[in-house]
Amino acid sequence: MAKGRVRFFTDRCKACELCVKFCPKGILGLDEEIINTLGYHPVNILHPEDCNGCGICALMCPDMIIEVERE
Amino acid sequence: MKVIARRPESLTEAKFHYCPGCTHGIIHRLIGECLDELNLRENAIGICPVGCAVLAYEYFNCDMLEAAHGRAPAIATAIKRLQPNNTVFTYQGDGDLASIGMGEIVHASLRGEKITVVFVNNAIYGMTGGQMAPTTLLGQVTTTSPYGRNKDFEGYPAKMAELLSQNEGSAYICRTAVNNPANVIKTKKAIKKALQIQQQGLGFTMVEILSTCPTNWGLSPLDALDWVEEKMIPYYPLGEFKVKED
Repeated sequence: MAKGRVRFFTDRCKACELCVKFCPKGILGLDEEIINTLGYHPVNILHPEDCNGCGICALMCPDMIIEVERE
Repeated sequence: MKVIARRPESLTEAKFHYCPGCTHGIIHRLIGECLDELNLRENAIGICPVGCAVLAYEYFNCDMLEAAHGRAPAIATAIKRLQPNNTVFTYQGDGDLASIGMGEIVHASLRGEKITVVFVNNAIYGMTGGQMAPTTLLGQVTTTSPYGRNKDFEGYPAKMAELLSQNEGSAYICRTAVNNPANVIKTKKAIKKALQIQQQGLGFTMVEILSTCPTNWGLSPLDALDWVEEKMIPYYPLGEFKVKED
């Protein structure tokens, strides 16, 4: 059971990958199958079960597209 | 479930116009979180610069005013003197603050105006297309220094935090960066401390933040963070340069 839950507002994502680089679990990645309204492949969580809800992705996101909740 | 991160109330729902990976967005959020935590949203008045952050009044959910290029400290002086109970902050870039606004910022500091300046230093003019700024590093290539900045021709980069820390009127002068999570947390603490020192009425406060400009540096957002670590921080050391106690 995952301890954390992340939610993405993908229409605002600019695919800068700052969250991907700093996620301590390495479970974020760009979703190559989607193109958002800004024209980027938005970020998505690849292994939601491993998220511990530390919030570092949201701390580094320049566009505030990430909401994080923790148990 | 406990909420760890969410958009602060002191920011509007508007989409940022900044380039991908530009750390202006992080700094906007940190200011918004500080205003929320100090319960200042109804009390704060912000002054926008000319530069990439010229549209910041669309993003902050408090009273905002737009200043002419470099004149944000002068407008902030007027507002703070007329409305001493309001918290006044300016948000300025390096071209705005250290070039055309050099006179305003130095004299606001000398007068000890009780305002908070958030100075975003990305070592280049962003909005106008990557010209050399006063803070451009030696050897850095820009559109107006195509062979790299040369100390014999263009002179040395301006260290604004060190300069303003010499002034008696300054109460809190600090330099931080936003290139990794630890530095982002330190930046938030510094902005909060500056706002608190302003509320105590001790004098002029400024937080200089080393930021990135991936577009005009010609780097990817991730390489730009490394560039801050490798090139900018050695020349612009981080830390508190002046803290007035009492």
